[in-house]
Amino acid sequence: MDCPGLCEALANGGVNLGLAQFISLFIGVVLVSGVPLVTVIFLIWIERKVAARIQDRIGPNRVGPFGLLQTFADLIKLLIKEDITPTAADRLLYNAAPLVSFASVVLIWAIVPFTPYHYGVDLEIGALYFVAVASLGTLAIMTAGWASNNKYALLGAFRVVALLVSYEIPLVFALMVPVMLAGTMSMVDIIYAQSSMWFVFMSPLAMILFFISSQAETGRAPFDLIEAESELVAGFNIEYSGMKFGMFFAAEFLHVFTNGILLTILFFGGWLFPLWNEPLIAFAWLGLKASVLYFISLWIRNTVPRMRIDQVMWFNWFRLVPISILNLLAVAFLVKVMQELGLAPRDLAQATLGEVLPMTIILFLSNVAIAIGLLGQVRSVGRESRLATETAQTATAVGD
Amino acid sequence: MDILNNWAFVGIFAVMAPVFPALPIVIAWLLRPHKPNVLKSQTYECGVETVGDTWVQFRVQYYIYGLIFLVFDVEMVLLFPWAVAYNRLDLFAFAAGFLFIFLLADGLIYAWRKDVLAWK
Repeated sequence: MDCPGLCEALANGGVNLGLAQFISLFIGVVLVSGVPLVTVIFLIWIERKVAARIQDRIGPNRVGPFGLLQTFADLIKLLIKEDITPTAADRLLYNAAPLVSFASVVLIWAIVPFTPYHYGVDLEIGALYFVAVASLGTLAIMTAGWASNNKYALLGAFRVVALLVSYEIPLVFALMVPVMLAGTMSMVDIIYAQSSMWFVFMSPLAMILFFISSQAETGRAPFDLIEAESELVAGFNIEYSGMKFGMFFAAEFLHVFTNGILLTILFFGGWLFPLWNEPLIAFAWLGLKASVLYFISLWIRNTVPRMRIDQVMWFNWFRLVPISILNLLAVAFLVKVMQELGLAPRDLAQATLGEVLPMTIILFLSNVAIAIGLLGQVRSVGRESRLATETAQTATAVGD
Repeated sequence: MDILNNWAFVGIFAVMAPVFPALPIVIAWLLRPHKPNVLKSQTYECGVETVGDTWVQFRVQYYIYGLIFLVFDVEMVLLFPWAVAYNRLDLFAFAAGFLFIFLLADGLIYAWRKDVLAWK
């Protein structure tokens, strides 16, 4: 192990080398995880404000300026609220579930590069780490539903098995496209590979697939079947109260913004934009891009109605999964052909805009072709079902 | 930072990550009232007393989705190294990976034709 920066200073100051390394890593961990912990407090306010505006309300506006301190008021309320553990519950798993749920989201932030120089770690298998850690969240929800020993909660947990697990497949297939184009799983290198062209222009379909399936992974509308209020009362978290419920709540809010950050890194060039060499400006660009994506996610959440479980499953298995495989095959095939013909660079991080442009145009057109074919197919299915309904209606009318 | 340092960081992070949510829960435990009684600690099912055991066998449909997911997930782990090495691959290795994705798609088509993917 090497020992740079703070660690070196501590070691020179007479601290044991192993201890110095531990302290410097520990401070790094606290700093990196501090970012999401501070962010989530304001995310709750933003989320409620945006939801209120979309629903033509004012939203929180009493506590502090513009209701900014509302979250703190809620926090105090949650802290002094009695926390009931049902006697029938499995106590160990019941108490562990909210911790795992929140930890799974915070853990993702270990690999988020905030600026070119500031990040937790730049793992060589960053993308795989993200997939592994993100699926812990599914496990937490399943545990919560099972350990509560409540039929509504268990029904919620059943749906998790079906829904979250299914939507992970298009998510990972979409994630494979930037990994393939950049030729690395490290988040920092994926950003550098986009220095001449963002991946969203090379494969907009992969971006859309990633966006939809990550929205499903957070378990929010239109995919919020796991806590469908009208059917399951509150779904998996029905037996939770007080701060334990608060942790599920905070994890969900943070997860949405984390998805925005990941989309930015994978498809929108992370902190790449003019003047990204300045750490503060780079951080601002990352935050700005992520916020726009976060807002779109909130917008969808507050305008699209909840889908039925059979519709959700159909949408995934008969649409998203085949398209994600088709998209992966198309990108892999086209890029390889272009590389062999010398039209595409093999190292995107070193390539200039001129070298990348032909490749981008061809990949973009292939994506558009897939999208047109898909829309045509959806249209013909829609027409058939409309005709069937109309025929049925005419038959009834004649029968009267 | 070398690779050992990276994983030491992830290790400390993994230990610390559950501590952050545990902290407010512990603080709440110190502040909140503790007045459990028999009625309060009952399973909450909208006021109706719960009937029968909750931990029952569930529908086989869920397992089928679980199994298909497992197949895809394991194969995707195998595909990631191929995706990473993609830019440096010769045509033979590229074709091998391509064939592998076709086999994956074939599995999906099989499940599709078997009609196990539609929710019933």
